[in-house]
Amino acid sequence: MRWHKIYALCLRHIYLISNSLPRIIDLIYWPTVQIFLWGFISKFFTLNSEYYSNTVGIILTAAILYDFLFRVSISYNIMFLEEIWSRNFTNLFIAPIKLSEMIASLTITAVFRSLIGLIPAALLAIPLFGVSVFKIGLPLLALLFSLYIFGVTLGLLVTAGLLRFGPSFENIAWASLFFLAPLGCIYYPVEILPLSLQIIAKGLPLVHVFEEMRNILINGTVNYFEIFISILISIAYFIFGVIIFYMAYFGARVRGTLINMGE
Amino acid sequence: MSIEIKNLSKKFNETYAVKNINLTIGTNKTIGLLGPNGCGKTTSIGMMLGLIKPTTGDIIIQNKNINTFERNKLLSIMNFASPYVELPKKLSVKQNLQIYGRLYGVKDLSLRIDELAEDLNLKDFINKKTGELSSGQKNRVSLAKSLINKPEILLLDEPTASLDPDIGDYVRSYVQSYKSKNKVTILLASHNMAEVERLCDSVIMMKKGKIIDQGTSKEIINRHGRTNLEETFLKIVRSKDEMA
Repeated sequence: MRWHKIYALCLRHIYLISNSLPRIIDLIYWPTVQIFLWGFISKFFTLNSEYYSNTVGIILTAAILYDFLFRVSISYNIMFLEEIWSRNFTNLFIAPIKLSEMIASLTITAVFRSLIGLIPAALLAIPLFGVSVFKIGLPLLALLFSLYIFGVTLGLLVTAGLLRFGPSFENIAWASLFFLAPLGCIYYPVEILPLSLQIIAKGLPLVHVFEEMRNILINGTVNYFEIFISILISIAYFIFGVIIFYMAYFGARVRGTLINMGE
Repeated sequence: MSIEIKNLSKKFNETYAVKNINLTIGTNKTIGLLGPNGCGKTTSIGMMLGLIKPTTGDIIIQNKNINTFERNKLLSIMNFASPYVELPKKLSVKQNLQIYGRLYGVKDLSLRIDELAEDLNLKDFINKKTGELSSGQKNRVSLAKSLINKPEILLLDEPTASLDPDIGDYVRSYVQSYKSKNKVTILLASHNMAEVERLCDSVIMMKKGKIIDQGTSKEIINRHGRTNLEETFLKIVRSKDEMA
């Protein structure tokens, strides 16, 4: 991989964001709305639920972490879709860049794009609701890393679908995360799910991340093994996502869809 | 840089888009690729760029097969422009050229951009967003992008489509003058017969995925007993199963 090429690909998205104030506002707007919505819900539960009575802001913290995952995945998809919408797809795929460089640039840019929205929202939650996601401490970085890798994986799978099925796959891009959310146990413990679904859910990194988040905030202890498992599962899915992306690319070359993919 | 195409075919489902074509494009030659819509021109260009995997056959560029040799090394000395492929609309002309310059590993990029801006008259709108430009301006920007790496092989797909005669002539003159100053092999797919006659050393006629005739414009015109390339094209396209 050549870093100057990855940088050039990142630069395309940096220019796109920095050239447009509405895009910057859009990046900040949705996470902020989420903070307000879940902030009030969280406040209501902490006042009325015994389960949450000792730990203010579990739901809000979960919402912030979930939003990070959502933003990473959506950012990845949007950046890829931007190439289709702008009819720049062919130019990009005939440039002397490797697929790995393309994946790396989208992966790097996705995190920055997500943090533009998330950092102001997370900071806003402190004075508004007295909830700081930073209370999790250093394990927060590991939990975010796990979510980041999984978010990128979902992005990779959706972009593979775009390569395979064309722009019509766009709707799946928006729906992909909502499909997994019920099994992710973001706002409730895994025990709530029926036993059969618990087994499936534990195969996702989300359950391990959000269970551990609740454990840290409620019990004040850190189960590093649980965090390690979540990262391990995320990495396994990431490798799977990369393989699927490569297969979709080679399939697109056989079908000839790379040359005329557009709006 | 020479291009050699051997027994190249591309089949989509049960239909051949390109069927068993063979051709050689000599170094520093300009070859015109002519044929009606759907005759396989774009598919052929797609295969040369490595965007489409041939069903059978080989594309050999300077003795290297694009499907087995490291594709990126060959792509770094090639480039492509088409009015159907655009640059990101929300980025300025300069930003787009900077990005593609970096992707192609262009040295002294600022200097190269200045050079292209001067040659293609981009200066007045170099800081404007690409999406805000007229078709003629966009076309020149697209041409600038395709020349950013001083390609040794340049593939042009209908470079003057939808341009008014003045801008069309400007682009043709520029391509002509660029070729006279640089060592470049050009493959030009076009529906503009006058353009092909003016720019190309020889012409390849395609129909239903096959090469049905090739030679200089004069040779082809004489062979079909017509007075110009447009009449020859119409004769070939309207004939039922003409083969070379």
